Amino acid sequence: MYKILLCWRYLRTRYIALASITSVMLGVATMIVVNSVMEGFTAEMQNRIHGILSDVVFESHSMEGFPDPEAHMARIREVAGKYIAGMTPTVVIPGLLMYDVQGRARTQQISFIGVDEKTHGQVSDFSRYLQHPENRKQLSFELREDGYDSVDHQGDEKSQPRERMDYAGWKYRRLKARFEQQTRPVPPASQAVVAQPADSAEPPEIIEHEGWQYRREERLETPAANPDEVAEKATNPFERLNAKSTRFNPETETHTGIVMGIALASFRARDGSDRFLIVPGDDVKITVPTAGMPPKPASDTFTVVDFYESKMSEYDANFIFLPIRKLQEMRGMYDPQTLVGHATSIQIKLHNDADGPVVRDLIQAAFPPEQYGVQTWRDKQGPLLAAVHLETAILNVLLFMIIAVAGFGILAIFYMIVVEKTRDIGILKSLGAHSSGIMGIFLTYGLSLGLVGSGVGLVLGLVFVANINAIADALAWLTGQQVFDPSIYYFQKIPTIVEPFTVTWIVAGAIMIAIVASILPARRAARLHPVEALRYE
Amino acid sequence: MNKSPLALAPGHETRGQLAPHMLSSHSGSIEPSSRGHLAAHGLCKQYRKGQVSIPVLGGVDLEVAAGEFLSIIGQSGSGKSTLLHLLGTLDQPDRGEVHFRGLRIDNLSVRRRDAIRNKQIGMIFQFYHLLPELSALENVMAPLMIAEGPWRYFRNRRLHLERAHRLLDTVGLGHRLKHKPRELSGGEMQRAAIARALVAEPEVLLADEPTGNLDSATGEEILRILRTLNEQQNLTIVMVTHDRAIAAQADRTVRLARGLVEVV
Repeated sequence: MYKILLCWRYLRTRYIALASITSVMLGVATMIVVNSVMEGFTAEMQNRIHGILSDVVFESHSMEGFPDPEAHMARIREVAGKYIAGMTPTVVIPGLLMYDVQGRARTQQISFIGVDEKTHGQVSDFSRYLQHPENRKQLSFELREDGYDSVDHQGDEKSQPRERMDYAGWKYRRLKARFEQQTRPVPPASQAVVAQPADSAEPPEIIEHEGWQYRREERLETPAANPDEVAEKATNPFERLNAKSTRFNPETETHTGIVMGIALASFRARDGSDRFLIVPGDDVKITVPTAGMPPKPASDTFTVVDFYESKMSEYDANFIFLPIRKLQEMRGMYDPQTLVGHATSIQIKLHNDADGPVVRDLIQAAFPPEQYGVQTWRDKQGPLLAAVHLETAILNVLLFMIIAVAGFGILAIFYMIVVEKTRDIGILKSLGAHSSGIMGIFLTYGLSLGLVGSGVGLVLGLVFVANINAIADALAWLTGQQVFDPSIYYFQKIPTIVEPFTVTWIVAGAIMIAIVASILPARRAARLHPVEALRYE
Repeated sequence: MNKSPLALAPGHETRGQLAPHMLSSHSGSIEPSSRGHLAAHGLCKQYRKGQVSIPVLGGVDLEVAAGEFLSIIGQSGSGKSTLLHLLGTLDQPDRGEVHFRGLRIDNLSVRRRDAIRNKQIGMIFQFYHLLPELSALENVMAPLMIAEGPWRYFRNRRLHLERAHRLLDTVGLGHRLKHKPRELSGGEMQRAAIARALVAEPEVLLADEPTGNLDSATGEEILRILRTLNEQQNLTIVMVTHDRAIAAQADRTVRLARGLVEVV
């Protein structure tokens, strides 16, 4: 009983000991914050990586791909069918993207991913990141009339509105086409031939928006269905794609639709707002290498129909999705007899409870590794995930060192307290207290200090994590330096996840250190000879 | 447990089952019993300082009868305190034996000796030795807290509080229960220390210069308390002092000189 009472009194009367555990407190708080943020980043990143990549990717090592993806899919289903929820063939190929910005050509090196619009949505969360609400339900490579999100649907109250996206889609395309007809009666040679002369019964009004000039038409016509187009749909799709209209009219027609990464079409200004260089409805040019040896460049014009925004800048600035048929046709990746297209990879979606590496190994065993590679989405982003993991581990080691250093502080102060209390220890012994009881006082003392320190640290850390974005803003306001630059990370907010297991582990570790640091002084106290302790002045 | 220590009829047996010879001894007896209640046989103790060893006690023989008030006088450094520590099992002799109620206690296990100090031998000191963090009342209850774990202590708390309260009343400190030692005068601290030494109802009280730090009037009061305890409760008291006048108030006085006991 006296242990508890004395321990309590020592706690109440010796604030220096509380000072000694401030470092424990700070260490615990910092560790909780760092772990939560790192956990948040990792989870966010994995989410986004996984959003673009399917669970398992089956790839050919050749850029020409493999023929007859259906047969491959059948074989895959044969070896690992019970784990598989969905599959889709894709063609992944590097290429060049070109478009005009204020009259100057802008060229970017990118990856083209030919996808099957019907099945691709089944294997990844790709459609979740699209900007048109209808496309999020079912991916389509047709240009929508309008209604693209002008507010980031994944963002929060801090996301800047994207007003430019209000002027996207068919409406914008028609306006732009008419404007170009009027301002540029002779289009450049590369442009398609303008079909109709300007119909200007009423002079259009010039409006300006973000440096763009175009005319607002009072009378907006819905394009009449092209009877030729309907007829073509029934025939061979490759022929339809090949059949280049000599009388291409941008006001009523589009090229093949593509979905671009949002960072390819826009950049984020310092103030966090997005500035768009092109929007859905604009045309771009694409060059890809053809299949066969040696590859030759093949170019075509495409119409942007939507953007995707995974918020992983690596993807958003690198990938363009287009219909797999079109890419196969451009590169000549199809069997001339059967017209069955080749594919370079097959995206496989697994059931929720399936184990990725197991499926990977099953599939890999069924195909020669010299020609085909099978990877899980984690394998594909292995170095990145491993780097984040290592970073977290190193930070944890460093921060735990801080707590360990705090342990030595506790040791020194406890030693001091034991020396100060030498006579009291002698008194307790003369009253019949056992050495283990004396040791107990100081161990309990250490435990209580550890509990107080890590408890306060825990609360501090959790409060910090809960308000981390407000704190970042306050710091930015104080220092004038952006703490968390959304133009770099593409997140508006700092993501955090508080993992109860990690927090428990941190708190337990800190308490352990406080106890371990009090063992030495407690042993000294217990071993004091009562007579000598009583004589101590 | 509910008996007030000082309000007892003289000769009333309060200490439970004691050795039979105790019943025959009356208070104020000068003849030590042949088998003393507390006895030292040939106690030797020396302190070592590097290579030099300083002999303090060179074979002390001493017997204290039950209910006797014995005072030991001697000059500073004559080993009075050392002898008292050995009797109270705070220290162990190099040679010789300490007997308590006919049992040898100096070679008992650490735990048994702790228990003896806790329950059967009370001690008071020249510098009072109260715990500065605890109030007078808590200081008095400290031996009970040491004896009992939190659960038992809380079950018996009311009884313990009553007892400590009563003891403080009897030593005349009933009005200063909540005061910390630094808020008490020397005499008050020594009273609290006496109450603490008696709270576990020990059979023997060892007093190490209890008046050494007090003025003569206060010292007298402390001695009067000790005398009353000795007379009314048959408490065996061994008091160490260097003051002849104080020593003279005891039943019997021995002198400690050159490490040996001499009868005065």
